[in-house]
Amino acid sequence: MLSTAVAARHLRLAGARAASKLQPRAPLLSHTAVAFATPTVRNAFRSLPRATFASVASADKKAFTADQYPYLKRDQSFKKLTDGDLDYFKSVVGLSGVSQDEEDLEVFNIDWMQKYRGQSKLVLKPSTTEQVSKILKYCNDNKLAVVPQGGNTGLVGGGVPVFDEIIISTANMSSVRSFDPVSGALVCDAGCILEVLDNYLAEQGYIMPLDLGAKGSCHIGGNVATNAGGLRLLRYGSLHGTVLGLEVVMPDGTILDNLSTLRKDNTGYDLKQLFIGSEGTLGIITGVSILAPKRSKAVNVALLGVSSFDQVQAAFKRSKDELSEILSAFEFFDRASIDLVKQHLVAGKNDPLESPHPFYVLIETSGSNKDHDDEKLNSYLEGLLTDDIVQDGVVAQDTTQFKNLWAIREGIPEACSKTGSVYKYDLSIPVPVFYQMVEDMRARLEKEGVLGEDKNVRSVVGFGHIGDGNLHLNIAAKSYSDEVANIIEPYVFEWTAKHAGSISSEHGLGLFKAPHVHYSKSPSMLALMRRIKDMLDPNGIMNPYKYLPTE
Amino acid sequence: MSNLRILVACKRVVDYAVKIRVNAAGTAVETANVKHSMNPFDEIGTEQAILIKEALAKSKGTAEIIAVSCGPNKSQETLRTALAMGADRAIHVETDEELQPLAVAKLLRAVVDKEKPDMVILGKQAIDDDSNQTGQMLAGLLNWPQATFASKVELAEKAMTVTREVDGGVETVKTALPAILTTDLRLNVPRYASLPNIMKAKKKPLAKLTVAELGVDIKPRIETLKVAEPPKRQGGKIVESVDDLVDKLKNEAKVL
Ligand SMILES: Cc1cc2nc3c(=O)[nH]c(=O)nc-3n(C[C@H](O)[C@H](O)[C@H](O)COP(=O)(O)OP(=O)(O)OC[C@H]3O[C@@H](n4cnc5c(N)ncnc54)[C@H](O)[C@@H]3O)c2cc1C
Repeated sequence: MLSTAVAARHLRLAGARAASKLQPRAPLLSHTAVAFATPTVRNAFRSLPRATFASVASADKKAFTADQYPYLKRDQSFKKLTDGDLDYFKSVVGLSGVSQDEEDLEVFNIDWMQKYRGQSKLVLKPSTTEQVSKILKYCNDNKLAVVPQGGNTGLVGGGVPVFDEIIISTANMSSVRSFDPVSGALVCDAGCILEVLDNYLAEQGYIMPLDLGAKGSCHIGGNVATNAGGLRLLRYGSLHGTVLGLEVVMPDGTILDNLSTLRKDNTGYDLKQLFIGSEGTLGIITGVSILAPKRSKAVNVALLGVSSFDQVQAAFKRSKDELSEILSAFEFFDRASIDLVKQHLVAGKNDPLESPHPFYVLIETSGSNKDHDDEKLNSYLEGLLTDDIVQDGVVAQDTTQFKNLWAIREGIPEACSKTGSVYKYDLSIPVPVFYQMVEDMRARLEKEGVLGEDKNVRSVVGFGHIGDGNLHLNIAAKSYSDEVANIIEPYVFEWTAKHAGSISSEHGLGLFKAPHVHYSKSPSMLALMRRIKDMLDPNGIMNPYKYLPTE
Repeated sequence: MSNLRILVACKRVVDYAVKIRVNAAGTAVETANVKHSMNPFDEIGTEQAILIKEALAKSKGTAEIIAVSCGPNKSQETLRTALAMGADRAIHVETDEELQPLAVAKLLRAVVDKEKPDMVILGKQAIDDDSNQTGQMLAGLLNWPQATFASKVELAEKAMTVTREVDGGVETVKTALPAILTTDLRLNVPRYASLPNIMKAKKKPLAKLTVAELGVDIKPRIETLKVAEPPKRQGGKIVESVDDLVDKLKNEAKVL
């Protein structure tokens, strides 16, 4: 079975015109042929990761979330699904919008990390906003709990049910509604896959303002619901700025139509902001209006080898001075990250640098004039080399190399998960102490005797978006164990709180971090959040057990 | 093994990931404001020359690698890439005229006459015009042996053994040097241009020649009548039922 990233990489090469001539007989790249028509892209992306889960899940039946975390108790005020309910749903979405098949359900019940497994008996796939409205109204009237799901790539267990919540998938809502080639405002259904949108915009000379490793599977609605950050945030800012409007179905079925394409609109509370990052706890996002920037004509990528984290910071500081407006990404990863990619993924087959370095930096520039950008980048890189801030580096000479370098960075999360199980933390930490977190964690796990080649924990890796002060700390282990979890938590959260960081910079809270929000938010803020939740979702049917700590 | 001089042909083409468009007049592919890179098969050729040089160095031999590109001023970017990968010097034959394979082969023959290399490496084809002719024509003009579509190359004293991918298997040929080699996709994986080498490449010699200096007639022999895009592929459809499928196959696709 092909890995997700590999498949994604192949498919990403897909638009390539020369596919057939470059690979006349190269069987490795034969996937390229399938991806020209949009629906095919989508299906191919969907089926690859999911099929993996299904086979793994059936091989060794993963324990239910409810059994793994006994503190979770089903809210008995929620109704259990009956045949009558099913009949109603079928009358709303038709037979093709209902799935009860057990094997089918597995892929919706189990999350991307295969850490959580819910017990839902029903997936609904509405294809219009009106259908979503009817479904939610019925669920609210009957106290049936639901969990909204997009591409199911979330990393905090937010998109899968805990008990028997009905899964409402946006998979069948995947049309572009309009695009304005003058303003760049794109209006689309929530179930559009991020990469499909990006390819659509590329045709028009525009680009999605966000990009992440899960682009081939995640839905724009899921991105908005998690307020996803990703690889372009440094350049284009967060979704709180780029989302122009939303269409949301409230739990009582009300359709909140705020699909504005205006950049400026100061008429009342900015309600859409409440739903950005609400992780399916307030309503279902059915439509998104987002401002797309022009796609840059000239894009460069360089990968640098650096000997210390201080020098990573020095390189970053200089990039702001010297690359300034053309800088579009400044990503960092450590040697442990690249070791895992080399071990598990095709992307890591060829180490781009001749000898290993403790740290790597991936820099991307995007601008409108290649000569101008090349000159800036070259003089920046020469300066780094001359002043011994970086020790080695490569610059992509063509799009293939460009993609291969990015594939290494984007492959890290997947490579981590190949070890077996990953403890994932995405933390906002002041850049000066950024890497100390990784070192302290390594030392702690070593001291407790659980880290090593023959131990449960195989590797502690640090990577992330330096430009945004966002560290991804991934602890790759053979399998989840309470022993290891207790060594890591709450230490990692206490450490972050002590350094005035955030325990979730971009993945959100979901099921995983709900009990820990207090490390980053005060009791009065949490109380207000609770009141908002109770007001908008009085029956508590929207994605229960998650997001806010239980009283 | 002693000393070798290797000439590598490097063509500047529209980057392979760019979605090409036909120009408004329908006479050619739009090349203005489009990302260009070295022809991928020439990148493989350059890498192969460097691998040969590295292997020779182990047995106290040497090799000089000369990258050659024919085309407009911007071709020098492609040559700098070759130099950054590891070529020793570069020759740019500058012209803004359209160059067809025969013209390029003649220009390369003129360069070969000046430089007297032991081997000329070319891509099996360029991904823009897909001609797959230049290497063979050059062999003909020089009356040199040729080994095309190479997927493996082994060098011995003034001779090389080349594995070629042919329909239904591989074929191994041996030829004396000097000879022409054209590269296939699986010959090697080209290296990245490293920062220190990119800096060094700026100081490596890049000589400019004109078509007139080489005394070659580059007049096109083939006239392009029309360039058109392939018909648009229609998106897939999701059918509701088997009956629906049969109906569509009968009445829309008309295959039943
Ligand atoms: C390889 C990989 C790389 C990643 N990289 C990044 C990264 O760089 N930056 C980053 O921020 N994140 C990253 N993520 C995690 C990221 O949060 C998700 O990939 C993405 O934003 C979620 O989209 P989805 O459609 O898969 O949502 P899902 O996983 O299906 O759902 C996520 C949450 O949103 C809710 N939800 C989904 N759709 C809707 C809707 N229409 N209305 C209301 N609620 C909804 C769900 O209930 C759930 O709580 C990565 C994930 C993977 C697997």
